[in-house]
Amino acid sequence: MNLTSLYQGLIDGVLTGAVYALMAAGLTLIFGVMDIINIAQGVFVVLAAYLSYVLAVHFGVDLFIGILITMPTLFLLGIAVDWAFIRRLPARDRTTMSILVTYAVAIVVEGVLSVIFGVNYVQLHGWYVIRSIYVLGFYLPYIYVFGFGMAVFLMGAIYLMLYRTRFGRSIRASLQNRPAARLVGINVDRVATLTFGIGVAVTAAGGMVFGATTAFNPNSGYDLISRLLAIVILGGLGSMAGAMAAAISMLVVEDVVASVWSPLWSEVVFFAALVVVLTLRPQGLFGRSFSRAQ
Amino acid sequence: MKGHLGRLAAAGAMMSLMGVVLAACGNSPNANKPITIGISLSLSGDFSADGQAYQRGYELWASYVNSHGGILGRQVKLDIVSDASSPTQVDTNYTKLITLNKVNLVFGPFSTLLTVPASKVAHRYGYAFVEGAGGAPAAFANGLNNIFDVSLPVADYMVPFVNYIKSLPASERPTTAAYPTSNDPFTEPVIKKAQSLLQAAGVKTVYSQVFPAEDTDYAPIAQNVAATHADIVVLGSVDVPTVSAFMQAFEQDHYNPKAFIAAAGPDQGSAFVSAVGAANTDGAMVPGGWSGNYANAQSKAMVKRYIAKYGGTPAGVNADVAEAYSVGQVVEQAVEHNKSLSNAEIIKYLHSGVTMNSVQGQVQFNSKGENGKAVGFIFQWQGTSGTTFNQVLPSSDPNSVKTVYPKPDWGS
Repeated sequence: MNLTSLYQGLIDGVLTGAVYALMAAGLTLIFGVMDIINIAQGVFVVLAAYLSYVLAVHFGVDLFIGILITMPTLFLLGIAVDWAFIRRLPARDRTTMSILVTYAVAIVVEGVLSVIFGVNYVQLHGWYVIRSIYVLGFYLPYIYVFGFGMAVFLMGAIYLMLYRTRFGRSIRASLQNRPAARLVGINVDRVATLTFGIGVAVTAAGGMVFGATTAFNPNSGYDLISRLLAIVILGGLGSMAGAMAAAISMLVVEDVVASVWSPLWSEVVFFAALVVVLTLRPQGLFGRSFSRAQ
Repeated sequence: MKGHLGRLAAAGAMMSLMGVVLAACGNSPNANKPITIGISLSLSGDFSADGQAYQRGYELWASYVNSHGGILGRQVKLDIVSDASSPTQVDTNYTKLITLNKVNLVFGPFSTLLTVPASKVAHRYGYAFVEGAGGAPAAFANGLNNIFDVSLPVADYMVPFVNYIKSLPASERPTTAAYPTSNDPFTEPVIKKAQSLLQAAGVKTVYSQVFPAEDTDYAPIAQNVAATHADIVVLGSVDVPTVSAFMQAFEQDHYNPKAFIAAAGPDQGSAFVSAVGAANTDGAMVPGGWSGNYANAQSKAMVKRYIAKYGGTPAGVNADVAEAYSVGQVVEQAVEHNKSLSNAEIIKYLHSGVTMNSVQGQVQFNSKGENGKAVGFIFQWQGTSGTTFNQVLPSSDPNSVKTVYPKPDWGS
């Protein structure tokens, strides 16, 4: 085994895994609080990339600064989607119906993006996209290093929000027992709407890094969603720490296998590992094994 | 009795004459109806950029034909449906186009991956299947007599590049090569042949791996290639994102091969430039049978019409446009020659060894349906403006300009 390839795979996996965690964080947060499986998450990532593209190309806004604009924009979009579609779902079939509804949202967003931007691929550019820092014999691309830092910061911020604020307590109460949360005066519907907005807003950061490391067009979201779902299932639905751990595990396994064995086997090995983990621990790495009261 | 027989004979002769006249008018009930052509294209999904370029090519051809009197005096109407880049959907689409929409003719979709199932459907119903993007061996492996590819057979795509490498003086010739390729029926034959030819020429293989076409994270693969420091990289790519990801990782790793050639991606004109950035295009090569600057009168006229309609520069015109346009031209010539829309007659004519013209040059089909007259070229982006896409190989061709070798540093 080539140790250099192994180390390179480990480094790549950790750096890119954090970015995937950022993309998956919203998905797991939304499911945890609302029982909604947001199939549109991949398309929201692409939408975020396009918003960054517009700000960079037409207004000269730096990609990282642009997140200060794209994040609130996506938060409002999330609120609007929840108001227009999600909160109207019947409680009985909420999870199942959410798959269909969010898929429809994905199709609409993709169509609008296609009309506005066409289907030609574009990519985000910046000095940190093509430059790297040389550390201990390895080139670490700045975009991944910055993306990793941003992921840690944002995931930490979400963690603090969940565990150190009154709103976070409302979210966790809604997550654990919705009727009881209502009984103690929590406006569960409002919490759900804000959570959906936050879940979509977080993709602004992940989408920017995705667009800076991959050429994308309006259809690129579909390749992402299967990976994001695998991450949140492995991590445990509703667990932020789980999303981070699962994303890094997934990318490390894939990148190490691709580096030391064969790229063709990288996904196979990861999904085999996923099956083993879920067989032993069906609730995922950090998931809880209780069933939620509705 | 004799008079009665005479009247019968006269009536019979009159009816025969009427039949001849009606036949001469060309299936009279349809004489003024448009000719419908069914096409499934990837207007969404992984091949959407190519699918929409194909749509432009087909529509450009149809509008030109219609403005010049149509085919057999009838206007052409395209019935285009989207397959979302799915081999399953393409099967459904052609079945529906033929059995429900009852189109007169069908044209091919984009990519070998979709051409293979689509050609089987067309064969089932006896339709000629002329296409421009199914040139891989897999498209001809089913022994169907109805499939015809107007473009260059892909297995020979890299041959001019290999010949160029072999022609270099020993001091400049690369000694090592890397061959990362996606697991796609289009790319694998191209890369395998280039690898075997270059190995035979003494170029050592230092990396040869197949990666999934659906991959979204190419960084570790590209970094492994960079770690080999191979003199040249022959990339089996199907689209722009793959090429873009490899180029970006190479630049991040300060790895600059002497030559970088990709099976597909750099041929997508402005779509390629906007993804990788104009400065990075310099020196990137791609095989193919056509570019926007192709020295062919029909091609120049088509490019002029394309730019008038969609804007841009000749270098920015996607090669898919010419492939689609050529499909229309070949079918048009067959129908006009036969004076019939009979698919059986079209198949027979296309197998007759006749030489036809297209914006991609001459077309003559061999027994498998490959275009034996197609000439392979290598094109190269030159300069950092992202507007100069030149034919560079074969160097013996009068329209080839000098190859930039070794490739300038990324972004220089």
